[in-house]
Amino acid sequence: MQGNQAMSEGAIYAGAKFFAGYPITPSSEIAEECSKVMLKIGGIYMQMEDEIASIAAVIGASLAGAKAFTATSGPGFSLMQENLGLAVMGEVPCVVIDVQRRGPSTGLSTKPAQGDVMQLRWGRHGDQAVIALCPATVAECFFMTVKAFNFAEKFRVPVIVAPDEIIGHMRENFSPPAPGEVEVVDRKTPSGPPREYLPFTADPDGVAPLASYGSDYVFHVSSSMHGPDGCSNNDPDNAAWRVAQLHRKIEMHRDEIVICKTFSTEDADILLIAYGATTRASRAAALELRKRGVGAGVLQLITLWPFADKEVAMLGARAKAVIVPEMNYGGQIAGEVQKVLGSGADIRRVNSYNGEIITPQDILQVMKM
Amino acid sequence: MKIKNNEKRYEVILAGSGGQGLVLSGIMLGEAAVLEGRVVVQTQSYGIASRGGLSLAEVIIDREEIVYQQVQTPDIILTLTEEALEKFAPYADKGIAIFYDTTLAKVRTGEYLTGYPFTQIASDLGNVGSVNILSLGAMITALPMVKTESLAQVIRKRFRGQAQEMNLAMLQAGADLIRKGERTWEPS
Repeated sequence: MQGNQAMSEGAIYAGAKFFAGYPITPSSEIAEECSKVMLKIGGIYMQMEDEIASIAAVIGASLAGAKAFTATSGPGFSLMQENLGLAVMGEVPCVVIDVQRRGPSTGLSTKPAQGDVMQLRWGRHGDQAVIALCPATVAECFFMTVKAFNFAEKFRVPVIVAPDEIIGHMRENFSPPAPGEVEVVDRKTPSGPPREYLPFTADPDGVAPLASYGSDYVFHVSSSMHGPDGCSNNDPDNAAWRVAQLHRKIEMHRDEIVICKTFSTEDADILLIAYGATTRASRAAALELRKRGVGAGVLQLITLWPFADKEVAMLGARAKAVIVPEMNYGGQIAGEVQKVLGSGADIRRVNSYNGEIITPQDILQVMKM
Repeated sequence: MKIKNNEKRYEVILAGSGGQGLVLSGIMLGEAAVLEGRVVVQTQSYGIASRGGLSLAEVIIDREEIVYQQVQTPDIILTLTEEALEKFAPYADKGIAIFYDTTLAKVRTGEYLTGYPFTQIASDLGNVGSVNILSLGAMITALPMVKTESLAQVIRKRFRGQAQEMNLAMLQAGADLIRKGERTWEPS
């Protein structure tokens, strides 16, 4: 199965009933798959006029009670930022798949990159937080898309799944699990009298129940600062509470959200920190280093945002050197690693930004081996 | 014709031009290996044109987990254009078997270079578009990465009617190209 297909199947497994999108390489197979499957499962597939309309339709469908998603790549992801900000502010669960390709702009549309890492986190203006996941195998494409829907529903937040072109287009052995084998989470809905419903408060778990448009619960969703009832509110105390709340609901579940994998890190002197396709080159490089008697291990970041600061701190403190291979120019994750480990840490960057894949040899080269 | 066969793990590159169906060949080779219970990774690399431009498919077939997804030490390479052959011809000097199309590329000689007019043969047999399956049939007969029957099963699943018949005939024609020769591969 292909990575892109696994993400659409993961979405369907998680209960997605609505896809709106504007096909773009290297994500087009997701739209293609949804165009075939959605009608069969009683869902809706909409091919929109552009990516702005796509994310707008997804937000509308989600507020009407459907699990909804879209898929795109860098240029389309840029167009989605404004409405994604609305989804953050309106606490609308939704999933966006950004299959990363080499930019800037339309760049090399068929070639891989990991240049959107900071855009995933900071693409929207105005002090907000989202969740971003990055699979490295076809199986992870499936399971992390299910997770993305679960997080979106649970925390009423946009969740972005951001593989690179290699992982999106790669095919591997994979059979999806049977229904019920993997946990699927549905959003909390209100049960009290409709007139008393407050959609923008917070239960002890940090999130308010979300009613569906078209139900007995009539409520207002606004991108402007709003009170617990959703209506406009300019009180500074309310604003402070809301901004903090949008961050807090993610921070308080941080350990559940941050997913990492480790490979031979127990005694690692050399720690490779990687995500997406570069994880695989890193693992191959670490195996080669072990053969040559060097204690190397890999920390794979599946959750990119919120950042795995605790995990990086713990494993990084033990390592003599940290290598961060990334398909971007600036070392977008390497910078975060530096922030956690401090300016004195020996952090070596391996960057490719020509549309080519990082090889295990590229990584071994910084070890001068 | 000389080919090394390590029998445990196969790394394959299929190179040519966009539109020749090489990515589909890679997918079908991978599917045939999956039918035989193997672990498979298939990747590709191509430009923005739907026809033309260098297009590559890579397939790794193993019995264990495939960590790095790209081909590092190919066992066999197929090239269907002059551009692709130019890029990969140096591999033949390293003892890597190269199958190439003599219709679209200049003839080269060497121990590990095997040229057939795949495109011409496919055209003579009635469908130039099946050159991908014809050449794949030759490759898996020369280096038995998967059984011909597994690939036939994949063809029967993917195609219907006339297309199925045509592609099964192409697979057979590709296999015959090799079987008519004496020795198909040498154990390493």
